[in-house]
Amino acid sequence: MKHTGAKITLALIACAIFAGLLPVAWLGLGEGEKALDAYTLRVIAFTLWQALLSTAISALLGVAAAFALARRQFWGRAVLVRLLALPMALPAIVVVLGIIGIFGAEGPLAGLLPLYGLTGILLAHVFFNAPLVARLTLSALGTIPPEQLRLAAQLGFSDGAHLRHVDWPVLRQALPGALLLVFLLCAASFTIVLTLGGGPQATTLEVAIYQALRFDFDPARATLLALVQIVLCGLLGLGVLRFSSPIQAQDALRLARHRYDGQSMTARLQDILFISLLVVLLLPPLAALVASGIMSLSIQTAFFTALATSLVLASATAIFACTLAWVMATGPARVSTLASQAGLILPPAVIATGWFILASKGPGLSPVALPLIAALNSLMALPFAYGALAPALRRLLKSHDRLCDSLEISGWNRLRRIDLPSAKAPLSLGLAMAALVSLGDLSAILFFGSGQYVTLPALIYQQMGSYRMEGAMGTALILALLSFTLLWAAERGSERHA
Amino acid sequence: MLELRDVIFRYPGLVMRFNFHMERGSFTAIIGPSGGGKSTLLSLIAGFETPQSGTISIAGRDVTHEPPSQRPLSMIFQDNNLFAHLDIFTNVALGVSPSLKLDEAQRQAVTDAIMKVGLAGKEKRKPGELSGGERQRAAIARVLVRDRPLLLLDEPFTALGPALRQDMLELLKSLHDERGLTTLMVTHHPEDASTAASHVAFLADGEIKAYRKTKNMFRAKNMPGLAAYLGNTPRSP
Repeated sequence: MKHTGAKITLALIACAIFAGLLPVAWLGLGEGEKALDAYTLRVIAFTLWQALLSTAISALLGVAAAFALARRQFWGRAVLVRLLALPMALPAIVVVLGIIGIFGAEGPLAGLLPLYGLTGILLAHVFFNAPLVARLTLSALGTIPPEQLRLAAQLGFSDGAHLRHVDWPVLRQALPGALLLVFLLCAASFTIVLTLGGGPQATTLEVAIYQALRFDFDPARATLLALVQIVLCGLLGLGVLRFSSPIQAQDALRLARHRYDGQSMTARLQDILFISLLVVLLLPPLAALVASGIMSLSIQTAFFTALATSLVLASATAIFACTLAWVMATGPARVSTLASQAGLILPPAVIATGWFILASKGPGLSPVALPLIAALNSLMALPFAYGALAPALRRLLKSHDRLCDSLEISGWNRLRRIDLPSAKAPLSLGLAMAALVSLGDLSAILFFGSGQYVTLPALIYQQMGSYRMEGAMGTALILALLSFTLLWAAERGSERHA
Repeated sequence: MLELRDVIFRYPGLVMRFNFHMERGSFTAIIGPSGGGKSTLLSLIAGFETPQSGTISIAGRDVTHEPPSQRPLSMIFQDNNLFAHLDIFTNVALGVSPSLKLDEAQRQAVTDAIMKVGLAGKEKRKPGELSGGERQRAAIARVLVRDRPLLLLDEPFTALGPALRQDMLELLKSLHDERGLTTLMVTHHPEDASTAASHVAFLADGEIKAYRKTKNMFRAKNMPGLAAYLGNTPRSP
């Protein structure tokens, strides 16, 4: 029997997904067009509109900033390039608080922007995604052969010719996948829209599903919205998968090679402008978070309970997601890779809706809440855990196969003595990535926690809701530090073992 | 034709100093161990790197601080000389005008150059559809239309087989003579130097240790570095 473990795992994932999708399809299709009313249409329109705007702004700023970073040498450039990786490690709720710390009622720039509504959502989405686009663009520019950059300099290419002949061919490969990914992330965004959205005018499908299910107790509407969401994100997700695998491309970040273009005054001014914009986008929210977080650190019982719940869930998610990823890495590559991406393509709210309906028909929610949260977190974390673990693990296992066969080392012995010790680096990175997803998650905990279980993000959300902003800032700072330490330790660990 | 005077370039782990003079019309092969600074020397001359001090002049003009496109030279690399998404005609035409605005005479010059290197009929092919040797021929065609007096080559034929390398060297030599070029070629193969070069420079540890006529260089007995590099002396165990 070949790939037995992998097949069982894949079947398990398929079951989990179908348990989410079937009730949604069943109830949602039963509703028919009846529920496709003005409200639903408005939610769909807003979901697409804000995702389109977020993607356009992130693309413009991200690509322009990447060019500036690629062709300018300046003090702090390396730091800024590293800083681009930072938003991905930050829980959304933390960034939301940072932005509120600047533009909110108490912030230094209060009243400058209408924060709650489209503007706030765009600002937060661009905070996350412009650096992502910049990273992906930089790593694409890094694949240009150095000879071609020199050739362009020797042949006296104008910046336009440089863009057309040298940069565009690699950007054309990288950008469509990257921009579709950004659009998908923005269309399925939950935390940011929940906290910065302004009522029914600024609600996305993901948030509307949550509200229909948990506030209006209207499973019919929830399933219908979920059905729309699954079609939308499914199509986008398939588009992302068609263009390479952007999640794996991120570790290929190198400082771009020496370039000779962009010597004109316009190009210089443009680069200065976009680097400044990037700095202005990234630094103030972080500074606000640190400043007001330190001022308002108040450690109470609620905090420790939330910390404990977060750590338990993060550990369970890390172990579960990495076990899945490990077993899948031993299986057929194409199917496993596709299955691992399910958590990216299928929005958590959709799966949560199905599980929620099944659970409330069966044992009720509260006995199974924690396992459900951990399971949903694992599904959400799987693309990242798999991306960090599988490619390296596949190579390792392949290189061990013959030797282990000839020495008759197999089963538990091989796992314990050979495979696990040699996979320490990718495994620790995979564990950390999965734990990060769980630590920052607000959707699974809100869907299933019912106030009975409160994690750090849920605590922050509660504190925001009851206008205890200082408390929320303090908790957010600790959550941010926790996430950083985790990622930093994992990256150090994987560099040491690499 | 080419003169480097007290050129100093610091690289992590190696300081390079170049004093070097090359006559118009000479064909010089640069040999020497890897990491000795051969490619860096070409990069300095072409303007891809700027020296910390010293002057580089080409045809009597100080070009030390001129951008690469202003220097009277062309360069061919080992690989990636062509833009993969453009056909051969367009790749060669970039040597005439980077904006690709060509008049009739210029178009004719491009076609002639392509014919001269033996690629007639392959103008519409993409680089990916050509062999490695044909791609280097296209790069040579672009050098012809650019028509600059100094030609730099960085291991241009290393990836090719022995017979093909011989053909390419002969093509290069004939164009060098016909156009009155001054040519500087980094190579890994000392026999390339014997085939085509009038002079050989031996470069090691960031310095030109010797610069002589080809036949004198390979007869030299009193150069331990060169002997070790060429491998024709017994080495101590």
